[in-house]
Amino acid sequence: MAYPDRTWQPFRALTPRQGLAAWVLSFVLPLGLWAVVSYVPFVWHPLMKVSSAGDSMVLQVGDRVDRADFEKENAGLKAEGKALAQGEPANPIFLPAPHEVAEALVTAFTTPPRRADDLWLHESLTKSLQVILWGFFLSSLIGVPLGILCGAYGWVRGAVWPFFEFFRYLPAPAFGALCVAVLGIADAPKVAIIVIGTLFQQVLVIANTTAKADRTLVEAGQTLGVKGPRLLTRVVLPGILPDVWKDQRILLGWAWTYLIVAEVVGSSSGITYFINQQAKYRIYDHVYAAIGMIGILGLTMDAGLAWLGRRLFPWKEAS
Amino acid sequence: MTVPLPDYHTQSEAVRERFEALRARPQILRIEDLVKRFVVKGKDEATILDGINFAVHKREIVTIIGASGCGKSTLLRLVAGLEDCSGGRILMDGREVFAPGPDRGMVFQSYSLFPWLTVLRNVAFGLKEKGKGTSIAEAEARTWIDLVGLAGYEDHYPSQLSGGMRQRVAIARALAAGPQVLLMDEPFGALDAQTRSRMQAYLLEIWKNVDVTILFVTHDLDEAIFLSDRILVLLPRPGRVGEVIENPVPRPRSMDQLLSPEFLAVKRRLEELIHPESGEEDNKFHMLKLTQAGDEA
Repeated sequence: MAYPDRTWQPFRALTPRQGLAAWVLSFVLPLGLWAVVSYVPFVWHPLMKVSSAGDSMVLQVGDRVDRADFEKENAGLKAEGKALAQGEPANPIFLPAPHEVAEALVTAFTTPPRRADDLWLHESLTKSLQVILWGFFLSSLIGVPLGILCGAYGWVRGAVWPFFEFFRYLPAPAFGALCVAVLGIADAPKVAIIVIGTLFQQVLVIANTTAKADRTLVEAGQTLGVKGPRLLTRVVLPGILPDVWKDQRILLGWAWTYLIVAEVVGSSSGITYFINQQAKYRIYDHVYAAIGMIGILGLTMDAGLAWLGRRLFPWKEAS
Repeated sequence: MTVPLPDYHTQSEAVRERFEALRARPQILRIEDLVKRFVVKGKDEATILDGINFAVHKREIVTIIGASGCGKSTLLRLVAGLEDCSGGRILMDGREVFAPGPDRGMVFQSYSLFPWLTVLRNVAFGLKEKGKGTSIAEAEARTWIDLVGLAGYEDHYPSQLSGGMRQRVAIARALAAGPQVLLMDEPFGALDAQTRSRMQAYLLEIWKNVDVTILFVTHDLDEAIFLSDRILVLLPRPGRVGEVIENPVPRPRSMDQLLSPEFLAVKRRLEELIHPESGEEDNKFHMLKLTQAGDEA
């Protein structure tokens, strides 16, 4: 007798092989769609890329023109008995093909900046990383202890929570002009934007995690002779640490989303500046490569933190 | 035909002597006119415990039994200092209880082991909290782990142990802190029947070797009788002392005694107290049990 099909049975666990297949599929699907749009000439391709201008006075080799315009031009040339322009269907320049972006992942790093005082891609990325890590570090320096105190002590929570709930709704970019006025146009206002964007969420999230600590463990600690603030450091804290770690990983992800906003505050810098410059030069494959690098960096960082978390809290995995 | 069982009130000479000796021991814990009210929905108050008077003697095992909602767990938590009294007072070795302290160790139904600590560190926790150095605390902890029969599991995390093993670690952890009274809140309630009766025997074995008084909350009649010197029956709404039964079943205890006349007499009395309104259907079943027991005896 065969097992019935369980594809649609909710909460069914995947085998490792199915899990891997699903993981691969999650990348193959969008990449496949992209490849189809890029490489199958009759899918989309709204433009003609001119390969030979013929006798046209208007078209130039390498131009991408609207198909209708291209055909109109050729019709005109035909009527006058002149040589026709040659071309092939093409996508707009802002949609490079996968292989072009793949190449760009290398060339974006090896191409020197067009302006002497602009930064290379790796320098731009380093700059962005510095801003985000400083912002996240400073935010955590205040947010994590304050969040834990809020979660553990009702009176701290009462004194902090209402204002933070209010402040949470103020969009961080709204403080851009203010940050520049106070902190200048260098990196400080950018770090400040990330702190403003992260800190208030951080306090609320960490406070919630702390509040969910196991109360019976606190009671067990009390009956073993632990009192007062030592209950927090000896019993509550070690228990919630893995969850706080998980929260921090999620919050770091949020900090990345504030990075792009932060980098246009004051003087544009970092990866955002790089992307804007490349877009100005219409080197769109480099734009994609740079955006892709943000994703790769973020994913790598999170994977690293997840690995470190498993190392730091072996008891969470042991079962 | 029902074989008449002895009334547990008519004590044999041996039993009477046993309890006279017990009463002569110093009282370690006194509960005087204890009242506990909870605020429910704003201003309304529910009286959970009303006028509890009771004393526990040194090295005694007292079980507290009652229907669910009679306040037996609340009573234990009050003794532990985890809840505040609304009236009356609790005296621990003559001093009034206002807060939890290591003189009253507690074992919870949910084990409540620190999941981030190994068995060894869990057991050493209370010792370190008393200010003992790590090596001394861990050496002592090893002795306790040995006593509860878990030698070899020192470096396991709680999540790697079975329910019964976890509860043994919890007992070792509570005892290691050196309490005078061990408070146990339905500690075996989450275990399967076989493990539970094994744990009951274990507990008595440990108690034999350790100078500790035990206050044990349960809703399991057999457990209450098997473990106890005396049984405190709480009646519900509001929680009050229904009766204090001096358990005539002799020590040392064994599972064979579960069907002895004394055991069944106590059990019948507990049934009467806890389920006074049980209908005819129940009674029939009850009689059947007694008949079987009579044959056995």
